[in-house]
Amino acid sequence: MDTTAETAKRRWERETLEPTLKKAPERATAFTTISGQRIDRLYTPDDVADVDPVQDIGTPGAFPYTRGIHTSGYEGKLWTMRQFAGFGTPEETNARYQALLKAGSTGLSVAFDLPTLMGRDPDHELALGEVGKCGVSIASLADMETLFEGIHLGDITTSMTINSPAAIIFAMYLVVAEQQGVDWTQLSGTIQNDILKEFIAQKEFIYPPRPSMRLIIDTFAFCATDVPKWNTISVSGYHIREAGSTALQELAFTLRDGIEYVQWGVDAGLDVDTFVPRMSFFFNAHSDFFEEIAKYRAARNLWARVMRDRFGAQSDRSLKLRFHTQTAGVSLTAQQPYNNVVRTALQALSGVLGGTQSLHTNSLDEALALPTEEAATLALRTQQVLAFESGLTSDVDPFGGSYFVEKLTREMEDGAMAYFDQIDRMGGMVEAIEQGFPQREVAESSYRFQQAFERHDKVVVGVNDFVQEHEPPIRILYIDEGAGERQLAKLQALRASRDTERVQQTLAAMKSAAAGTENLMPRILDAVRAYATLGEMCDALRDVWGEYEETPVI
Amino acid sequence: MRKLRVVIAKPGLDGHDRGAKVIARALRDAGMEVIYTGLRQTPEQIVSAALQEDADVIGLSILSGAHNHIAPKLMALLKAQGIDDVLVLVGGIIPDVDVPKLHAIGVKGVFLPGTPMQAIIDFIQVNVRARA
Repeated sequence: MDTTAETAKRRWERETLEPTLKKAPERATAFTTISGQRIDRLYTPDDVADVDPVQDIGTPGAFPYTRGIHTSGYEGKLWTMRQFAGFGTPEETNARYQALLKAGSTGLSVAFDLPTLMGRDPDHELALGEVGKCGVSIASLADMETLFEGIHLGDITTSMTINSPAAIIFAMYLVVAEQQGVDWTQLSGTIQNDILKEFIAQKEFIYPPRPSMRLIIDTFAFCATDVPKWNTISVSGYHIREAGSTALQELAFTLRDGIEYVQWGVDAGLDVDTFVPRMSFFFNAHSDFFEEIAKYRAARNLWARVMRDRFGAQSDRSLKLRFHTQTAGVSLTAQQPYNNVVRTALQALSGVLGGTQSLHTNSLDEALALPTEEAATLALRTQQVLAFESGLTSDVDPFGGSYFVEKLTREMEDGAMAYFDQIDRMGGMVEAIEQGFPQREVAESSYRFQQAFERHDKVVVGVNDFVQEHEPPIRILYIDEGAGERQLAKLQALRASRDTERVQQTLAAMKSAAAGTENLMPRILDAVRAYATLGEMCDALRDVWGEYEETPVI
Repeated sequence: MRKLRVVIAKPGLDGHDRGAKVIARALRDAGMEVIYTGLRQTPEQIVSAALQEDADVIGLSILSGAHNHIAPKLMALLKAQGIDDVLVLVGGIIPDVDVPKLHAIGVKGVFLPGTPMQAIIDFIQVNVRARA
């Protein structure tokens, strides 16, 4: 231990700091991050005396990957600029995709509407007023064909934010590829397919946890043999954070969810190194700059160690945590919306300095509505400025070795390990969710932040300070009811024109597979090819598995 | 004096319940009796919960854009039941142009992102119909 450094810090506190504080007290008695984590005014070598620069931090591209999974960082490959988009009908969204690709976007990311996310057809009672509102409406293979019309699936990578019905939506994408003559082995992209965070945070669940997990493991096994370049899951902390968790809880619950999926895969007889390399992660880029960078660094370190020590992974690819980042939607304000451009740029900066593999930057108008095309373009331009003008990409992990960031990284790692132990003792994440544990933790943190905001302990510019009366309104995207009506008409036409008997047969086959143990993917593909609707397929599984009802935790 | 009784509801398919939960807790901390319905409630279920709980206030949390369908249906159901003394509030992501529409059908308060909890508590205390 370096006692000189400790002495130096103590001496500085006594000789320099104390007299200064007597003359000019600090603005607060304690400084905390947005997560409520206490921050020291100064970090010195003494704070990181137990962090071994070789063992714990290492070098980029090598275990434990704290400094990045790629040896040359962004010098080899920039992050993918992947803007999440979708609204209205498949026709409208297809036009937006064509525009994004023309503007230099390098990957597509599909946002589905709520009926699609919840496995309901546009004519279901609960779909009232929701069709095409929060994303694009996809009711059958016919809609998926329209969504990607004129876009060659062999040339792009596509991310699809879909969870409970992920296997079905993925099957629709595979059949469109089949129609375009694109071999499945050439397809690349991601399905979110992360049900655990739905139970914890976003609440778009359909089936109970256990059959939901089985469906996900079926996609792992299917892709390992049939769609080997596809990312089968994006284990997501984003929504946990948006629901109000701290940065540490986001990190810990997400990685523990990842562990749960790996464990279920292993229990189903899969070899770790066949499916873990296709697992990816998804984090939030929130407003507290250094805390976020520490979170990403800790995530890589933790995953590498857990995969090696807990699961005995042999392949490097199983150890490398790859992740997508999205800036924090929850940080956007409806007041003074142009401030959101600045917030988003800073958040994106933390994601880049944290070594993200792909990035979505939110648009300035997203606290008000889905983004206009102009706002979405500005958000993409923000990434392009970071990538091409700032010089950010010429050095790998520039905060590596910072006493402050290394200390925060270590605290994140230790805090996450403590949560892992606690959840292990409950029997695993499925059990913890059934007991409401992560849900309670998130609700607590969310309420604590709200109280800090109300007390003005946490300032949100333009909302609880620096408020401006009489703001001029900005133009927003207004989704009318037309999309819903057009989707309904198409659905009715589809039902009238397809081979009903074939639909019924394929749905019955799905049900019997769901009741047994065979892999469901081939049965789902058959039903998709027969133009069974999403609602019909999800209902077939509802009939066998039932629906999940949560006990709300306030 | 009887505590104010508030039903907080999440109608529609959306599961984003952070706002609903935070407001439920804030109203409870402010001394009100809060009943949180949980997710995916139809307007019928919400009205029935309000009747059963003898609610003074119904608060709808809607972030999905479905407010123009859900709120009118709920107001019509209340009217059909002869209920005219329940204070109905909507919170969430509501485009400016829709706010007057909601007021016109009898939604008394519309609260947009960034509203302090205290503003909602004050609004309820001023606007709720005094009952025996």
